[in-house]
Amino acid sequence: MKRKWNWPIWVGFVLIVAGLFSYGFFVRFPTTRDFPWANLLLFGIGAALLIVGLFRGFGRPQVYRGKIAASIFAAIAVLLVAFFSYEIFYALRQVPASTGAPRVGQKAPDFLLLDQNGKPVGLGDLLSNSKGAVLIFYRGFW
Amino acid sequence: MRSFQQRLPEFEARGIRVVGISVDPPDINQRQSQKRGYIFPLLSDPNAKVIRRYDVLHSGAGPKGADIARPAEFLLDSNGIVRWVNLTENIAVRARPEQVLEALNQLGPAGE
Repeated sequence: MKRKWNWPIWVGFVLIVAGLFSYGFFVRFPTTRDFPWANLLLFGIGAALLIVGLFRGFGRPQVYRGKIAASIFAAIAVLLVAFFSYEIFYALRQVPASTGAPRVGQKAPDFLLLDQNGKPVGLGDLLSNSKGAVLIFYRGFW
Repeated sequence: MRSFQQRLPEFEARGIRVVGISVDPPDINQRQSQKRGYIFPLLSDPNAKVIRRYDVLHSGAGPKGADIARPAEFLLDSNGIVRWVNLTENIAVRARPEQVLEALNQLGPAGE
């Protein structure tokens, strides 16, 4: 008797991989960047399918194939999710404390920097003829 | 930054200037401004002098261990006094323009 294709293993694994690589897409939107729930959702569905696949492969080997595939994919999936979790929940949070940064009520330090056209712009220039300024420090595009 | 560009008219209507500051040189900033359609200035602090002065340096976090700025946002009034500040604990979570606009609303005319 020909055994059936154990599709949840494959679909589950594809979803886990998609969950990892789709971060590059979801990071563009604040709602899916501030907390990576879209990626975690893909991981969750993928993991559930992989577990179903494992149960089918090992529980009913006479009906379903995929014992080896399920083991390998499940192991890789665990590594991928661990890598993602490390990056998102640990590495991204390694930010300096910036305890010496100007606080509310303090005067912001003066500066004079070149803009994108090579023109010098000082804090005084930003504050003259304006009601204030937002300074956005960012990591850069390199 | 993209979201600040999208909400820029609301800052302009309140007379608030928006600028970005990073270690990127002006030529990269010019290319990025054009590519992304940023109207507000991107200021270049290649030696992180100002970034250090604001204590928002993330040493060694850039390419090849270069010193770069950590994400941080400051709202200043016309006297240069800090009225609102955001120092994120997660590189991926940066201030959204609506947070700054909300802070402006709460400060009211006295904060301008």
